[in-house]
Amino acid sequence: MKQLDRKLFAGIGYVYVVLLAILCVIPFVLVVSSSLTEETKITLDGYQFLPTAFSTEAYSILFKYPDEMIHAYTVTIGVTLAGTLLGLFLTSMTAYALSRKDFKWRNQFSFFFFFTTLFSGGLVPWYLLIVNYLHLKDTPLALVIPMVLNVFYIIVMKSFMGSIPEAIVESAKIDGAGDFLIYARLILPLSKPALATIGLFLALAYWNDWYNALLFVSDDKLMPLQYYLYKMLGNMDGMRKAMMGAGAVVTTSIPTESLKMAMTVVATGPILLAYPFVQRYFVQGLTIGAVKG
Amino acid sequence: MNRHPFWNDLKRYRVILLMLTPAVLFYVLFAYIPMAGIIIAFKHYDYAGGIFGSAWNGLDNFRFFFESGDAWRVTRNTALYNIAFIVVNNALQIAAAIVLFEVGGKWFRKIAQSAMFLPYFISWVVVGAIAYNLLNYDIGTVNALLRGLGLEPVDIYNTPAYWPYILVLVSAWKGLGYGTVMYLAAIAGIDTEMYEAAEIDGANIFQRVAKVTIPNLYPTVIILVLLAVGNIFRGDFGMFYNMIGNNGLLFSATDVIDTFVFRSLITSNDIGMSAAAGMFQSVLGFATIMAVNYSVRRYDKDRALF
Repeated sequence: MKQLDRKLFAGIGYVYVVLLAILCVIPFVLVVSSSLTEETKITLDGYQFLPTAFSTEAYSILFKYPDEMIHAYTVTIGVTLAGTLLGLFLTSMTAYALSRKDFKWRNQFSFFFFFTTLFSGGLVPWYLLIVNYLHLKDTPLALVIPMVLNVFYIIVMKSFMGSIPEAIVESAKIDGAGDFLIYARLILPLSKPALATIGLFLALAYWNDWYNALLFVSDDKLMPLQYYLYKMLGNMDGMRKAMMGAGAVVTTSIPTESLKMAMTVVATGPILLAYPFVQRYFVQGLTIGAVKG
Repeated sequence: MNRHPFWNDLKRYRVILLMLTPAVLFYVLFAYIPMAGIIIAFKHYDYAGGIFGSAWNGLDNFRFFFESGDAWRVTRNTALYNIAFIVVNNALQIAAAIVLFEVGGKWFRKIAQSAMFLPYFISWVVVGAIAYNLLNYDIGTVNALLRGLGLEPVDIYNTPAYWPYILVLVSAWKGLGYGTVMYLAAIAGIDTEMYEAAEIDGANIFQRVAKVTIPNLYPTVIILVLLAVGNIFRGDFGMFYNMIGNNGLLFSATDVIDTFVFRSLITSNDIGMSAAAGMFQSVLGFATIMAVNYSVRRYDKDRALF
């Protein structure tokens, strides 16, 4: 009896999970395969799960005139680095102040931050402020600043720092260390796991960001990678022109369909490469947070 | 030294207060000032006057928003999509977490979890590309398969009726790994003695899951569902915009408040009406969160969000 119910459960369970896992991965296979398929084959038979007519033409065109792509990469890397570092610094400093149990106004300040997750002025006043009053449109700051702080990350960081024994802070105080020194020299090194996790969440958000570019960037020189991809996917003519401008001669022979997929692969590549190494930090991050306001 | 205690505190906490200053300034500037800027919803915006100098026009913006018929459509779509996402996503995630916990070895669990978590890491732009890859009329894989089977291809990007199903699937696909990991952690935290007790009482695995695992997940489920219900009037702009874009043919089935506000602001430049729609969303959302939190508090104080 006992064996039977376990076997039945395992049978159903394996089918369910394996099916879901395949469904999660197969679209990636489709994109990679499509990027490696001959254009004529795609227009004839559609995108295929396996490249029935193998061709690397899309990639060779992409890498022949890589200027725009490289530029978009540079913007994204710069924004990701700046945003992640600044974000980590501000998040941890704020969280440290809020985690100090002897700080009299910690609840008031926590509420000040938390309230912004409950109510907001909406997109319009925020947008007008950034564009018409702060004049951040078409500046790199417009890509960095809006995402640099996140109440959720502050709360996770605060609860992590709250679990560090207070005796450490007390003994440092007796030794005459100031509050900032305690944060920088003692608490930060002890918070490495939380910093790694939140740093990766921030980096992923910056890497994948296209929304701030959609709102605030009209200058091609400031286009981050995802927004560049968005533009190219929606605009085959733009893509032809971009390739032509870069020196491609015959417009009709540009394999737009496979090129779209090749661009998608190149824009997503770094994430997929980093994925096996960083996944556990994300899992850690999700399990740290017993989140309460 | 007999100053007011406030000044003593200020001196005592000066470094901590200084450390809080950047974040406070950030939220004053990017959250609290825009909250005040919500008055633009009651004004006729002109660039010379700006937010505070433009002329008042009473409730005209709201009247326009509600009388256009868009208000009902986008509010209904936003709420219904979010309800569908909450139900489908949580059910799939809980089931996957239970299976991963009960079945298979370390490697199976690792590989399955990695596969399911993968979609979480890609941008909505890439998801849009994948969708195009699958659903395009001429060269999409779905239609290629249909043609291969000798069936009529379907014009998915011109047929609103398919989209609720597609969007629910996409949302489930992208969120599966995240939720599964979350629930897996909750299951791992269940006291193993309960399983042993169930075993001794002769429960089979199905009974054990139903009587031990699932009831022990309730606190986690309640917190996650509450958070989601509180956001029921917030549409996932990234998903809707990258899946549908400006394809007006589909708006009846796919337009949510966030995409509507964005289009009114950027495409049609109707700042007053866009702000009115945004304010309507914020107020509705705030009322929902407060109501949900209040009722949970009455039922069980410890489970309330705040």
